[in-house]
Amino acid sequence: MIVTMAHGSGGAATSELIRDIFAKAFDNDVLNEMEDSAVVEGSGRIAVTTDSFVVTPIEFPGGDIGRLCVCGTVNDLLMRGAVPKYLTCGFILQEGADTEVLKRIVSSMAQTAREAGVQIVAGDTKVIEGNGGILINTAGVGFIPDGVEISAKNLQVGDVLILSGNLGDHHAAILGSRLSISNDIVSDNAPLTEMVANLEKDRVDVHTMRDVTRGGLASVLKELAVASGVVITLEEEKLPVTNAVRDFCGLLGLDPLYMGNEGKMIAAVPAEEAEKALNAIRRAAYGEHAVVIGRVEDPGQAADGKAGDLLLKTPIGGIRALDVLQGEGLPRIC
Amino acid sequence: MIEQYMEYLKQYDGPSITLMEVCGSHTAAIAKSGIRSVLSPKIKLVSGPGCPVCVSPSGYVDQLIHLALEEGVTITTFGDLLRIPGSRMTLNESKGLGAKVEMVYSPMDVIRLAKENPQVRYVFGAVGFETTIPVYTVLLDAIREEKLTNLQLLTALKCMPPVIDWLCEGGAKLDGFIAPGHVSVITGSSYYIPLAQKYRIPFGITGFNPKELVAGIYGIVRMCEKKEELLSAGKVLVKNFYTSVVTEQGNTRALEKMETYFEPGPAVWRGMGNIPGSGLYLKPEFSLYDAGSRGLDDDQKINKACRCDQVLMGKIASKECPLFGKVCTPLSPQGACMVSSEGSCYQNYLNRDN
Repeated sequence: MIVTMAHGSGGAATSELIRDIFAKAFDNDVLNEMEDSAVVEGSGRIAVTTDSFVVTPIEFPGGDIGRLCVCGTVNDLLMRGAVPKYLTCGFILQEGADTEVLKRIVSSMAQTAREAGVQIVAGDTKVIEGNGGILINTAGVGFIPDGVEISAKNLQVGDVLILSGNLGDHHAAILGSRLSISNDIVSDNAPLTEMVANLEKDRVDVHTMRDVTRGGLASVLKELAVASGVVITLEEEKLPVTNAVRDFCGLLGLDPLYMGNEGKMIAAVPAEEAEKALNAIRRAAYGEHAVVIGRVEDPGQAADGKAGDLLLKTPIGGIRALDVLQGEGLPRIC
Repeated sequence: MIEQYMEYLKQYDGPSITLMEVCGSHTAAIAKSGIRSVLSPKIKLVSGPGCPVCVSPSGYVDQLIHLALEEGVTITTFGDLLRIPGSRMTLNESKGLGAKVEMVYSPMDVIRLAKENPQVRYVFGAVGFETTIPVYTVLLDAIREEKLTNLQLLTALKCMPPVIDWLCEGGAKLDGFIAPGHVSVITGSSYYIPLAQKYRIPFGITGFNPKELVAGIYGIVRMCEKKEELLSAGKVLVKNFYTSVVTEQGNTRALEKMETYFEPGPAVWRGMGNIPGSGLYLKPEFSLYDAGSRGLDDDQKINKACRCDQVLMGKIASKECPLFGKVCTPLSPQGACMVSSEGSCYQNYLNRDN
């Protein structure tokens, strides 16, 4: 079936779409009440986040916009130390969207929500003119356990930085499909629930966590260095990048340091906790390639740098100062 | 071996040596390797006009925009070209006015587009040096083979030797050239011999990974040191340190193809002026495939204080330009060197490597 403006009318066609696609897949007690708003249990410190997903293509190697929107929202909650509980989703469908594709997206969303341990408790659908696109906005709510204090401002001198896996897979997978460059790269979109739960279970003293999304590792770490007023030094040789992604970047003149992921995170922990943290992350789903990639230094003591600097030690011993991504990161010419 | 070269370059204490790279990929590779931070202060690396996008004049960009706004015309081109300023705006910005622009990663993609959409007139924004020009000859072959009547090229093609000649003639303070690795795959190492002889200046063809850069720079520094000795022994000051892919004669088939389709002519290099014989244009017998590439000589500065021309000539470092890092940043480039990821100011800004 093809989505038409009638599916956004609020009448019979809308009800049918909601019943056959969304309610069926997301099925839970809160949503099933079909009231104007969802009423949920919870108390204490609440983490709230929202995100919009406009990726093209909507289905890509290793994932789709449905899995992506759950992962993106859940991971943002996790990065503040919250336990994600509830999601809402707003679908903006363009006329001409194929309901078979929509079903696949929604089913993938439901499956990813189950994997991440969250319930989709409220939703909305609108139809606009267009060419069959599907856009999704999500909001997420999570609860922060007592005593957990994780923030971009908490980096401490002496912390080591752990990266949970290979860089650039999501970005390369998307770009590869968009440019029709055949390759075996698949998106890493994944919820990091188990990884964060393990860190907490093992009582690792985590100062900062950040998921490595748009802008890539360099942009994320530069922001952390500025927010915490420290120098971050990375070892280029330690950065995990698969050969496929490295070659893909080489072909297009892109830098894996600026390529986005959707299932990777950075954790800053005191040096003496590094082994414990690595063990917790590697034990979790999607964390097997976790490595220490750098450390946090005192701006007064660092060999070359001032507060807010992100420095990269190159394999020949050179130092490269990195900034956040500038512009769009377009492929270069030769 | 590399460690010894590295140590030599660190400890070097002879006369000051300034080397210029004239290849955008070298500019990017040098910045990424952090090699400047480990060289002796007596060895200076400067970036020349090595980025084909950066040196395309505003008149060329204006013409692309003009065509893209025409009814039924779509411009296809590489990513970088979208960001280079014309006299009023970039190709990317012109999309907001309704310009039809598609980014491709290979010129051959446009063959598919042209076949799928016969009602659209496609113009390929073909920019490049000797490295990329053979690709356009393959594209031209395909256009002719497929008998496509809805695909043309708007070219801004340039060759290396005339601009190197122009730099040396103009008194650029240089002691040697890091000769472009990719260009040399096509042209062969012998391409630089006339220039090396005319100006008594060493050329070293160098690869792109950090070790290849160290080996190449070491080799060129050694040539600079032993220059008189080499010359009096009748030696040529051209050495190939990228032998895995570069030969003496180059890719003769590609060179023949280039000669089939293109002929030299004058070309304007952004901020530098018109350099005779430095451009390549489709020959009159192939004018059918040319969307009007000759005479696009207008070269407007976005900001009068911009000193890109002197940066491109190696006369000043990026940070000596009054705009650098202040009003001129990758997000609001005031000059060509800040536009492309191969531009020297862009790399210097990003890597604080100047």
